[in-house]
Amino acid sequence: MSHFPYLSTITFLPLLGALVLLLIPRKSEGGIRAWTLAVTAITFVISLALWVRFDPAQGGMQFVERKAWIESLGISYYVGIDGISLWLVLLTTFLSVICVLSSWGITKQVKEYMLFFLLLETGMLGALISLDLVLFYIFWEAMLIPMYFLIGVWGGTDRIYAAIKFFIYTMVGSLLMLVAILALYYLNIRAGNAPTFDLLKLYELNLAPNVQFWMFAAFCLAFAIKVPMWPLHTWLPDAHTQAPTAGSVILAGVLLKMGTYGFLRFAMPLFPNAVEAWAPFMMVVAVIGIIYGALVAMVQDDVKKLVAYSSVSHLGFVMLGLFALNMQGVQGGLYQSLNHGISTGALFLLVGVIYERRHTRAIADFGGLAKAMPNYAVVFLIITMSSIGLPGLNGFVGEFLIMLGAFLTSKTAAVFAATGVILAAGYMLWMVKRVFFGPLDKEENQGLADLTGLEWGYLIPMVVMAFWMGIYPGTFLRKTDATLELWLERFEAKKEACRSLESPGALAWLQDGLNLVFPGSHAD
Amino acid sequence: MTFSMADMRLLTPHLVITAAALLVLLAEAVSPGRRKGYLPYLGIAGIVVAAFTTPGLFGPARSGFSGMLAGDAFAAFVYFILYAVGALTLLVSDAYLRDEGRDHAEYYALVLLALVGMMLMAGATHLMSVFLALETMSIAIYALAGFFRDERSAEASFKYFILGAFSSGFLLYGIALLYGACGTTEIQGILDAFASNRALAGSPMALAGVGLVTVGFAFKVAAVPFHMWTPDAYQGAPTSVTAFMATGVKAAAFAAVLRVFFVAFQTLHVDWSGVLWVLALLTMTLGNLTAIAQTDVKRMLAYSSIAHAGYILVGVVAGTPEAGAGILYYLLAYAFMNIGAFACLIMVGRKGHENTELDAFAGLGFKFPALGLAMSLFMFSMAGIPPTAGFIGKFLIFKAAVHQGYYWLTIFGVLNSAASVYYYLRVIVTMYFKPEPDTPVVEGLRAGPSMALATILAGLGVLYFGIVPGGLVDLAEQALRYLV
Repeated sequence: MSHFPYLSTITFLPLLGALVLLLIPRKSEGGIRAWTLAVTAITFVISLALWVRFDPAQGGMQFVERKAWIESLGISYYVGIDGISLWLVLLTTFLSVICVLSSWGITKQVKEYMLFFLLLETGMLGALISLDLVLFYIFWEAMLIPMYFLIGVWGGTDRIYAAIKFFIYTMVGSLLMLVAILALYYLNIRAGNAPTFDLLKLYELNLAPNVQFWMFAAFCLAFAIKVPMWPLHTWLPDAHTQAPTAGSVILAGVLLKMGTYGFLRFAMPLFPNAVEAWAPFMMVVAVIGIIYGALVAMVQDDVKKLVAYSSVSHLGFVMLGLFALNMQGVQGGLYQSLNHGISTGALFLLVGVIYERRHTRAIADFGGLAKAMPNYAVVFLIITMSSIGLPGLNGFVGEFLIMLGAFLTSKTAAVFAATGVILAAGYMLWMVKRVFFGPLDKEENQGLADLTGLEWGYLIPMVVMAFWMGIYPGTFLRKTDATLELWLERFEAKKEACRSLESPGALAWLQDGLNLVFPGSHAD
Repeated sequence: MTFSMADMRLLTPHLVITAAALLVLLAEAVSPGRRKGYLPYLGIAGIVVAAFTTPGLFGPARSGFSGMLAGDAFAAFVYFILYAVGALTLLVSDAYLRDEGRDHAEYYALVLLALVGMMLMAGATHLMSVFLALETMSIAIYALAGFFRDERSAEASFKYFILGAFSSGFLLYGIALLYGACGTTEIQGILDAFASNRALAGSPMALAGVGLVTVGFAFKVAAVPFHMWTPDAYQGAPTSVTAFMATGVKAAAFAAVLRVFFVAFQTLHVDWSGVLWVLALLTMTLGNLTAIAQTDVKRMLAYSSIAHAGYILVGVVAGTPEAGAGILYYLLAYAFMNIGAFACLIMVGRKGHENTELDAFAGLGFKFPALGLAMSLFMFSMAGIPPTAGFIGKFLIFKAAVHQGYYWLTIFGVLNSAASVYYYLRVIVTMYFKPEPDTPVVEGLRAGPSMALATILAGLGVLYFGIVPGGLVDLAEQALRYLV
């Protein structure tokens, strides 16, 4: 099927834009901003064509492009999207435009900032569309570089610590995943297939459950760090608090989704029996994350940190949905991923707005802001409601689906997770109360200006999305139905096919190693 | 022993470069007005001519001089790595030496002669020619390391000389024992001897020979625990020589290691792989952990070169042609990224002050955007982050190790990689995230057109081989097909 290479176009347009950006003189900051905005906007518009032309009846990959890259190793430039990645791609291009708008106020090294921003967009989109494991890995790692600079140069006071922590945490997980990717490659060859890193081909490789167990562990570590799941989340609050506003938005909106996406695209379909084995454990960890994140968020005195911890809680919901392993749960998890991108992204934007005016984010420094900035308060409240899952707004749909899915699998998990919803209402509303209501007693807050035109400009689309996704989720869910049905069908089929397989001692090395470290231990 | 024309054909590139070295010496003596700015370019011209006369790029392997020297695709591949190393070193040296007032023809001639030694080492198919080549290379390098004649440079040279001589002794003794056990010092002959006589593999004399040869090579590639000379020698030597040592010597030594271990000791893989397994692990881990503690970038790069030797040893442990191809790729990638990084180091220095302390880099990223970009690229590549050649190199080596079932070693390798990220990133952190001090350490860059060219070439190499590695991977695999 030959068609316009939409995916390559949107992925590499920002890169091309970045190269052109190098030619714009450093002095013309306006030109640099306008150019970046234009590039991201054009990318977004082109990506809308994906939405229009995406065939919802088809569960497989669409807009596929393929070109041999390193032929002798079976590595190819192989991209395509399905219902899982479609919305994440659109979310990425959408948030990129919003972020450029919200970065209008950046004055330090504007050229480099915008450069890294465009490179980041290419990295994110590339990772979302890759259907070749090596290609994915390259984008996945390359994505770290611009984010690292965004946090490290334009971040807050502890930015260096946060940037390095972010980089190394992610790197450790990814490198172990690389070993698993290589092992998978050879297991595939050993099974008599041609050497390939083609994901769809590797889906068809049936592995014995005990082999899957360890391979999944490696993939899971990489993605769980990115999500981040408790207890691997400690890099996130640091990275979020130190990152500049747009960095936080992209981090929450897209980068964390890379983790959940990784589970959906790679870890789970490749190793279904391992998923089944790990699922109870993962659900427990997810629920702990939900409650822990919420409790820690409650005691924060910094608004941004509060939102960061709320992310841990929200992402716990997403993971709970995925590991419920039924249509409602998985679809809810995917939908909640998108929601989190919108609501938490918007919350970070809003925190950025007030930070720019007051240069503080401490809750104690505010109070009664609703009087000084009524419009701001209204938008903030709407987004808060969306974040805590008020019916009619986006968060409700996702959380409802997840709870439904979780309930079918484990009632206990669902009950405990539900407390997370209540806690979320608690910490968010308590924060809103302390910031916006009460007496406007701080002198510095009295003359604060309300939202500017620019701020309206990037907040309105977010609010619109929150309503749209809450009131008419059909627009979005419909395009994912066929894909997720196929996903579950394949998952079950592969699980059955692998169940009776015996590992021919393929992982005896691991057992040996474990015996060496813990004498007498027995791996599954 | 008579030489035929076919034999001479194999030696042509070596002869061309030797001639270039002599020409450089002669040219300085007869140049009117002692103008000598063109000398390094004379050397580069020699390298280019040599590249065109390199035999054995395609087609079957040939051997000459009664089995002393090979003209196979493997040798040709390593020659081209060495050409790149030599040419980049000369380019980097030009402005540097002139600034330091040490731009003498001897330097360029020594670089070229060392290059000949390295090439002979890569082509040698006889343990005696390996040894002679190693000495040719080493003696030239000893002199180069001490070329600045200050205290540190002299210390570097002397330390390298003493330990180098010591390690040559080990190597020679090992060769003697192997001769005693196998009755030959020809690489193919040793393989045949071990293959035809199973009992030989258990004989103490043969095993001691293998062990001593291993020690000799371990010294040259700076594998732990034979690395003690490396930090001081690398830090004290002129920076351009450090770059040359770290890349050229490593490429030549590993080429010889591949020939000796993959061909001569092929049947003994079970015996030596265990020892090298431990060496590889120690080398990676110690190199990285010590590099983390450094506050001087030049010294940090010295320790990091130890760590890189460790990653390459992982490939040697795997012991397959696939691993060999990965090693060749890694050596080329390492040549580009390491010389590039050292070129950046030279640029921040000024006469008599190297400015290689980490703090000197504060704020340089925004002050000199091109330098910052280049240095970041080389650091990312050394850390093995895509899309750079360093990533593909690591990928190929770890791939081969996983294929042979060395999962644990690979896991230790990637964890080491992750640890190394910390100190490579620290350079970038300092360049971009830290403000320049009020009294700037680096006011201007020591960058001439040749330096810029070398950095750009190295940078393009790192990027090109990181993004389109396909052709080179095929070439490397082909090189190994003819070797084993």
